[in-house]
Amino acid sequence: MLGEAEPQWLSEEVKTGTTIIAIEFNGGVVLGSDSRVSAGSSVVNRVMNKLSPLHDKIYCALSGSAADAQTIAEMVNYQLDVHSMEIGEDPLVRSAATLVRNISYKYKEELSANLIVAGWDRRGGGQVFATLKGLLTRQPFAVGGSGSSYVYGFVDAEYRKGMSKEECQQFVVNTLSLAMNRDGSSGGVAYLVTIDEHCTEEKVILGNDLPTFFDQ
Amino acid sequence: MEKHYSDSQVKGVSTGTTILAAIFDGGVVIGSDSRASIGGEYVSSKTINKVIQVHDKIFCCIAGSLADAQAVTKAAKSHLSFHSVQMESPPLVIAAASVLKELCYKNKEELQAGFITAGWDRKKGPQVYVVSLGGMLISQPVTIGGSGSTFIYGYVDAKYKPKMTKEECLQFATNALALAMGRDNVSGGVVHLVVIMKKGVEHVVVPGDKLPRFHDE
Repeated sequence: MLGEAEPQWLSEEVKTGTTIIAIEFNGGVVLGSDSRVSAGSSVVNRVMNKLSPLHDKIYCALSGSAADAQTIAEMVNYQLDVHSMEIGEDPLVRSAATLVRNISYKYKEELSANLIVAGWDRRGGGQVFATLKGLLTRQPFAVGGSGSSYVYGFVDAEYRKGMSKEECQQFVVNTLSLAMNRDGSSGGVAYLVTIDEHCTEEKVILGNDLPTFFDQ
Repeated sequence: MEKHYSDSQVKGVSTGTTILAAIFDGGVVIGSDSRASIGGEYVSSKTINKVIQVHDKIFCCIAGSLADAQAVTKAAKSHLSFHSVQMESPPLVIAAASVLKELCYKNKEELQAGFITAGWDRKKGPQVYVVSLGGMLISQPVTIGGSGSTFIYGYVDAKYKPKMTKEECLQFATNALALAMGRDNVSGGVVHLVVIMKKGVEHVVVPGDKLPRFHDE
C-alpha cells in the first residue's frame, strides 16, 4: 500500500484568516470578529473568540498568525497589569495600544499578526487604535484580517459620525456578515463586545441569526 | 498572512480596474473606471473607456490582460456580426457571451482574460453574463470584476436590490465604482456607465469632481 499523504493541516501554519472590526461611539466602543481558524484549507477551530481582553475595559481583536496574535495579547495583558498597578488606576487605551505597537514594531520581521486595540477610559472615552505592522493611529473605526478587503467599500459608504451604540452594533454585525459570506477564511459565528463606562458586554450571534442579503 | 488581502493581483494578471454590471427593472447598467496603469506605479491613461460595444445593445467589459481582451473582443465582434446577418435579427446577449466563452475556453492555456457581458434582447430582456478566466459562463443579476472589485463585494451584496429603477441603479453603480476607486490604487479617473434598455443605449460619464464623497473625504 502506498504511503498516505499527511493531512494538510499538520504541516500548514495556523492562521486566524479572519474579519475583525472595532468602532467607537460617544461613550464607548464596539468590537466584532468572526470565529474561524484555518490551517491551509482546513478549519481547525470554528468557534474561536478572537476578541481578547487586555484589561477590564480594553480589548483587542486578533488577526493573522494565531500563535503570534495570542502571544502578543498575553504579553500585553501582563505588561498592562504591571503598569496599572504602578500607576494605581485603570490604564489608558492608548497605553495598551502603545504596548501592542512596541512589540509589533520591534519584532516586525518575525511576527505576522495584526491587532486592533479598542476600549474605554475616563480620559478619552471610547477609542479605537490600529497597530498594523508597528504603526499606532487612532481612528473612528478600524477593520482588519483577510475578510476586511471585501468590506472596505461597505464601511466607507455606511459609516457616519455620531452613531448610537445600537447603530454601531448593527453596523458591526452587518459588516461581519458580509465579509463572512465572501471570505473563505472567515466564518462561523460572530462575537461582539461592547465596552462603555458602565459595563463590558460580550455577545455571540449564531450563524443563522446573522443578517442575510439579497442573494441568500 | 495579511499580504494576500492587500495584494492586487487577485485573479492572475489584472488590468488594474474595477468593472460592474447590474440589472434593474427594464434594463441593465454596465460600467467601469478609466485608469490604465503600468505596474501600479505610473498611470498611463486617466480616461480610457473599458466598456466595449460588441453590438447595438450588447456591451462588454474586460478583466485581465488588455492585449488578450482586445484580441478576443475583436474576434467576437466579427463572429457576432456574421451571426446576426445569418439569423437576420439582432444577436441574443447569451450568443455574445457564448462567443466569448468559446474563445476563452478553447484557448484557456494562452489567454488570461475574463469578461462581463451585458445587454438587452427581445427574448429575455436585460441580462448580465460573466465569462470567467477558464471559460465558465454564468448569468447573474449583478456582478463585479477587476482588482478593485474585492473592496466592494460587501457593498454590492448589501446594497443591490432586484428591480431597482434606472436612477437608483445608476446611483448604486456610481457609488460602488467610486468606493472601489477610493481604495484600489490601480483604479481611478472617471466613471464610464452605459445604460441599455429596450428603447436604446445611453452613455453616462461621471467626472472625478462629481463622484460621490464618503465620510473620510
